[in-house]
Amino acid sequence: MRVLPVGEDALLVEVSSGDEAQALHAELLRLRAQGSLRVGEIVPAARTVLLDGLSDPARLAAELTARPLPPVPPSAPGTVEIPVRYDGPDLADVAAHWGVPAREVARIHAGTGFRVAFCGFAPGFGYLTGLPPRYDVPRRPTPRTAVPAGSVALAGPYTGVYPRSSPGGWQLIGTTDLVLWDPARVPAALLSPGTRVRFVPVAATEPAA
Amino acid sequence: MTDRALAVVRAGALTTVQDRGRPGHAHLGVPRSGALDGPAAALANRLAGNPPDAAVLETTLDGCALRPRSTAVMAVTGAPCPVTVDGRPAAWGAPVRVRAGSVLDVGAAAPGVRAYVAVSGGIAVEPVLGSRSTDLLSGLGPAPLTDGAVLPLGAVRGLPARVDVAPQPAPPDELVLRVTPGPRDDWFTPEAVRVLTSRAYRVSPASNRIGLRTTGPALERARPDELPSEGMVLGAVQVPPDGRPVVFLADHPTTGGYPVIAVVRPADLPAAAQAAPGTPVRFVAVRRR
Repeated sequence: MRVLPVGEDALLVEVSSGDEAQALHAELLRLRAQGSLRVGEIVPAARTVLLDGLSDPARLAAELTARPLPPVPPSAPGTVEIPVRYDGPDLADVAAHWGVPAREVARIHAGTGFRVAFCGFAPGFGYLTGLPPRYDVPRRPTPRTAVPAGSVALAGPYTGVYPRSSPGGWQLIGTTDLVLWDPARVPAALLSPGTRVRFVPVAATEPAA
Repeated sequence: MTDRALAVVRAGALTTVQDRGRPGHAHLGVPRSGALDGPAAALANRLAGNPPDAAVLETTLDGCALRPRSTAVMAVTGAPCPVTVDGRPAAWGAPVRVRAGSVLDVGAAAPGVRAYVAVSGGIAVEPVLGSRSTDLLSGLGPAPLTDGAVLPLGAVRGLPARVDVAPQPAPPDELVLRVTPGPRDDWFTPEAVRVLTSRAYRVSPASNRIGLRTTGPALERARPDELPSEGMVLGAVQVPPDGRPVVFLADHPTTGGYPVIAVVRPADLPAAAQAAPGTPVRFVAVRRR
């Protein structure tokens, strides 16, 4: 673990894997919940957790480096199920990368238990991990100028669902009608770091729910 | 019944509703947003008799014109600019009583970039995640103002400040940004850190509420590989592939994949909000307190 100072009142804690980052994030949330960590923002990412709005970052840095990294936490209660029509325009390309027939992509993807590693890019956009490394895929060589809201997509080790239409370079494998982000709802984001996720295939011919 | 509303006669180039933003949601990918020149927005509220968290308007370069539907106290702060009511000169940096139906015009900033307009009662658009701020990165909050739009005003809660003109810092002739190095200064050549803190930069016209972009010498990376996305803070000096440093402002993305060579002290960011394109920028390395 490496603890890097960020400006005057933040720390970036760097670990060696995504699993470690998720474990560290869960531990920091636990410390905050029990009142022993006062912090403005806890922002997990691929290999780091950012702690912003600290009153004494130097002291916390010393405490964190002295503390052994906690084990990977038990799963958070509940799983968000995302119904998906596996009808994305990049399904064939993904199947080719994976070396499987196109219909196998849906079976493999829907058979995987995912976890939200972190959020970013847009409000409510989660970077989901869970697929084995052999299913990593590159981004599209040319990003699309508009990816429709609800697109289920892959890039690198991650699966994501576009909460709204935006430009994007991820490989589109399917579509969901689930609203992932609604600022008028509590909670606004269905996916937050640590959330367990499963994709449930629905027939492409079914009308939208 | 009085009609507590404000009609937009001239929206200007970019006028947005801003308050103190929506911090605390970065882990969901939600930027903090909020007024870029926080002290100027707070002063406008104080002059108009509002609490410090009331929503105000933030203009960009060419001001705006507003017509309250009931008599209101208004105050213009931030970038110095001509203020008129129905064409007659009125005070900048002081409470101005504007009668129902009269038009308060905020002229072009000279110098500076952003003026703040507070109206007694505050702009009372519906809050999103606890804030009325327009977030231009993610599209949260009300859309930027358009000509003819009508904004609701809140109930008047306080009395306007009794001042003739409140003192305000002038927009900078040269923007001096104190920086502490890191967290990713080791991704750059030792020369790059020296270049950043010794050479002349200027504010780029591509700057916006997301970041203050600069023109000047490119900063050379020591590591060519890709940095996995990581959390970003306000004031982070991020270096994209073109090597020109970008200072993250209120609407910055919550995570990013370009290395941060240094972080600007938050106290220096209000001045960054008022530095017009072309303004010289000097990054000064300081020790962590």
